[in-house]
Amino acid sequence: MNGIWQALGNAHWDIEPHTARAALAMQPGPVVPVPAEGVLALGAIGAVPAGMGIVVGGEIPYRPEALAQREQNREDYLELDPEIKCYLPGVPRANYMPYPFQIFQSDSKFFIAYEYAGAVRDVYLEDPGPPQVDSWMGQSVGRWEGDTFVVRVNGFNGYTWFDRAGNHHSPSMVVTERWTMLGPDHLMYEATMDDPQTFTSAWTVRFPLYRHIADNARLGQFKCVEFVEELLYGDLRKTPIGSEEP
Amino acid sequence: MFALTLALAPAGLLSSAALSQAQAQAQAQAQVRPSEGYTSPRTEHGHPDLQGNWGTATITPLERPAGQGAVLSDEEVARLEGREAEFFQAGLQPSDPDRPAPPAGTSVGGYNRVYFDRGDRVAIVDGEPRSSLITNPADGQVPQLTPDGERRRQELRDLNARFGEYDNPENRPNGERCLVSFGSSAGPPMVPNNFYNNNYTIVQNEDHVLILTEMVHDYRIVRLWDGERLPDHMRPWFGDSWGRWEDDTLVVETTNLHPLQRWRGIPSDELRVVERFRRTDDSTIRYEFTIHDPAYGQPWGGEIPMVRLDDLLYEYACHEGNYALFNVLSGARAQERQARESQQR
Repeated sequence: MNGIWQALGNAHWDIEPHTARAALAMQPGPVVPVPAEGVLALGAIGAVPAGMGIVVGGEIPYRPEALAQREQNREDYLELDPEIKCYLPGVPRANYMPYPFQIFQSDSKFFIAYEYAGAVRDVYLEDPGPPQVDSWMGQSVGRWEGDTFVVRVNGFNGYTWFDRAGNHHSPSMVVTERWTMLGPDHLMYEATMDDPQTFTSAWTVRFPLYRHIADNARLGQFKCVEFVEELLYGDLRKTPIGSEEP
Repeated sequence: MFALTLALAPAGLLSSAALSQAQAQAQAQAQVRPSEGYTSPRTEHGHPDLQGNWGTATITPLERPAGQGAVLSDEEVARLEGREAEFFQAGLQPSDPDRPAPPAGTSVGGYNRVYFDRGDRVAIVDGEPRSSLITNPADGQVPQLTPDGERRRQELRDLNARFGEYDNPENRPNGERCLVSFGSSAGPPMVPNNFYNNNYTIVQNEDHVLILTEMVHDYRIVRLWDGERLPDHMRPWFGDSWGRWEDDTLVVETTNLHPLQRWRGIPSDELRVVERFRRTDDSTIRYEFTIHDPAYGQPWGGEIPMVRLDDLLYEYACHEGNYALFNVLSGARAQERQARESQQR
């Protein structure tokens, strides 16, 4: 599985089946809702493309209160999506974001380096026991079942989401990933989410991963912390941009 | 450097005990097992196996203290390590609840000692306890800057002088902004900081070496073939690293470092770093670095032991918990407001 991989499709916008919509955040208009102030300038680039989703069976089996939270997340989307703030993406979200990742595999190690936010996972091949602390990317422990690499991920802090549509989980979520080569340049990826606090039953996402085969393919660097400083700290400048001299 | 995110500190604290243990073990071994003749274990591809977790925390400073020889005597080692242990123990004592406030306008200090994990042993390389990490030049000092180097450092100072220290996020250090690990932890060169999380994970496949720095989960990807270098204007944070095996040594050359990487106040736009990784025993990698930069009159560098860490690394999620930058900036704004109000009164 050594190499650079990336998911194709639109699951990073919304892992459930969805039609295209005008923007990630909307505001009421005189006739119908229109794109919110904060995203208006992006026009068609800021619109959400349609997608068939990656959830097996189509719908996430939320508990009623968790579904209400999802709707709230959509309502306050621009304030709440951790991706907007360049926070670490968690699992499985990291695997279908619109950025490639690179697997480094040897007899003794299995390591995933993600382009987005420089996130990393050291997938332990020996179980070190319960995670020492909760974390954004969780603790990953992998084992081979025939030709499938099965990774159990837990120890999440509960701050990560699944997509740009407010789909969420609790810190007690356990993810079981199944990585299977379909051919030299294709992987089938599956992740089952077990989180009784948020969902009425376990559910699964499944999608193929494609190898980057260009001669000059290499993982870029998307350390986005500096890209969000104006958003997060702009009002704390001595002279906020666009303000009068103090 | 004291205004760092407190939420991160436990990572340094928790790995401290394990690191000391591993270091003590490794150093006991290093002293009885000189590197000469040591054959590194091999990966499945026949390369020397550098994989695993490694720590570089040490009390040996970068530059050699005045009047000190290159190699420390047993007495000197005992004195330095004893002093560090006393210093650490003193920091563990409960604070005096009746102590007065520090004088107005002075520093209130930073973390307690327990938050630090800067190592408690001197660096041992090839069985020698070292008084400095720099070994080239032989006097253990960073060489003088050339006039060109002085000019480049001054240009950076002039740029900074156009702003107040706390005016904008961009006026704060990279580490405080959580852009990259501070000092030169991820480098290159990868030099221990005097704070914490001086830990690394190395993973190898047939044609890559990945080096993860625990601090800010900075990772470097070293490519082991003769491929297309990045064009000059593409400058990732840790540069463009290409490696090759020379017998049992991994040799890595890096250029194209990010313009904001300014270790020791010198912009790294003309920096080329050569690093050499060699296993010298079961629990040590000898890490050598050489800096080639016209800012200095000569190439210079040093040797740092990477000691096997029999423990896991932590997720150092710096930005996600960065209350420091927020508090530093909002504190400065509050002071400005106070000053304006007192002027008006």
